Amino acid sequence: MELCSFLTLDSFITDPLTHGFMRKALLMSSLVAAVCGFLSSYLTLKGWALMGDAVSHSVMPGVVVAYALGLPFSLGAFIFGVGSVALIGFIKQKSRVKEDTVIGLVFTGFFALGIVLVSKIKSNIDLHSILFGSPLGISLSDVKQTIFISLLVVILLSIFRKDLMLYCFDPRHAKTVGINVFFLHYLLLTCLSLAAVVGLQSVGIILVVAMLITPGATAYLLTDKFDNMTVISVLSAIISSLIGIYISFWFDLETGGSIVLAQTFIFLFAFLFAPRYGILKLKNFFAGYK
Amino acid sequence: METINYQNFRIDAENICVDYNGKVALYDANLRLKPGQICGLVGMNGAGKTTFFNALTGFVNISKGKIRINGESVRSAQKDQTIAYVPQNEGIDSQFPISVWDVVMMGRYGSMNIFRCPRESDVQAVKDAIERVDLTDHLSTPIGNLSGGQRKRTFLARAIAQRASILLLDEPFAGVDIRTEKLISELFIQFKNEGKTILLSTHDMIHVREFCDLVLLINKTVVAYGETSEVFTPENITTTFGGISPDFLFGPES
Repeated sequence: MELCSFLTLDSFITDPLTHGFMRKALLMSSLVAAVCGFLSSYLTLKGWALMGDAVSHSVMPGVVVAYALGLPFSLGAFIFGVGSVALIGFIKQKSRVKEDTVIGLVFTGFFALGIVLVSKIKSNIDLHSILFGSPLGISLSDVKQTIFISLLVVILLSIFRKDLMLYCFDPRHAKTVGINVFFLHYLLLTCLSLAAVVGLQSVGIILVVAMLITPGATAYLLTDKFDNMTVISVLSAIISSLIGIYISFWFDLETGGSIVLAQTFIFLFAFLFAPRYGILKLKNFFAGYK
Repeated sequence: METINYQNFRIDAENICVDYNGKVALYDANLRLKPGQICGLVGMNGAGKTTFFNALTGFVNISKGKIRINGESVRSAQKDQTIAYVPQNEGIDSQFPISVWDVVMMGRYGSMNIFRCPRESDVQAVKDAIERVDLTDHLSTPIGNLSGGQRKRTFLARAIAQRASILLLDEPFAGVDIRTEKLISELFIQFKNEGKTILLSTHDMIHVREFCDLVLLINKTVVAYGETSEVFTPENITTTFGGISPDFLFGPES
């Protein structure tokens, strides 16, 4: 086995586990993937992909300022994430500019501010790890923060699981029966900002939106039940993270990019082979349909 | 003027105005409906029909005027599950991964605990509602696999499960099959006998004559309101539709 360690599946999987940093990376990335995958179902159904992109890019200046001031980076990211959405809503309401344009200009503005701040502050901020993620070099304090935020998001989503589903499906009915739609809207936004914060450690700010939409989109092609969609979304997110990290370890590739590519391939697989909604319509092929 | 007992009215909207960022969608609109009345809401696209519904459900805030539902505020009507809204088929995402059972169960959410765990009584209410709209064979069918008529019945079942005393229906007859249309008209008679109040918007003038005791013609504000036989005249309809004659709208036979 030791002679050609690379070629047996067994050592392909176990060898990296002998490194502490790899065990940590695999565990933390799985946790982050699970959180993002959970949220992903809601974002894809609500049609918030662009919003996810906006929030995840807008957290950039928050992360930089928080690092510079020695505050938890999640706090800064959260403020700027929610702030960007508030600003988008404000500009949309007060001007004639269309929503997608407003979203685009606000998040690029925030993102640019973040980049400028990094160049000005020049502290120990590693721009590369913010932009592209660094799951292999995650620090202990980051681990604690990530676990805390992840648990918080999972608990919130679990408690308000059904209300959020109703909010995505038919907000008007929710309002009519006295459910606080305003609260649910901001709850989902809060979870989005928090998930973006933990997700950016895995794959970086630029790609974190993939963590927030691809697993949900994959699951959406595979099921007609909301609960199943959530489970599939979480599983596909975790599996892609593990595959991505292993591939990047063995072939010396950028980790964040590998994780997202793995997600994209799983999506493409579903796109082709999903029984009912894949373009090959395998269900018809095998069953002769009805 | 004599004092009015507002408790007598299921819906009492007085001089309501709604504007979206300064753009007026509805102004000085009045409507009073009693238990057991069916009222048709007729107007062009953009005349404020949906806005009127939104104001009654509290989905948008009114900028002026007053709405009382069973003599109380819209807020308490929401808490009491008084109003059910049955959306237009186009108004919902038919590809949402959700079954008939789940949609109808949403009618019970407002009266459940925070985790929305169905109790025995909720399950029974959902079962009964689905039976009344004749969808028992489709309990676990995803709504994406239903026909337009079946989907409409699913949302009617949600309103029934909610046990609301006021039903707001947005284009209930649009894009439904004959069977669904018949079932809806039978349900209307049952609802009327149960003392429910129904406000429905429609483009179909024949349905107004067939089902509605009262009719509310609107074009940003109330053009005419009253008994269908008195108010639903070609002149009023022409005014509502901005000068286009009813002959042109629904054929010479009307």
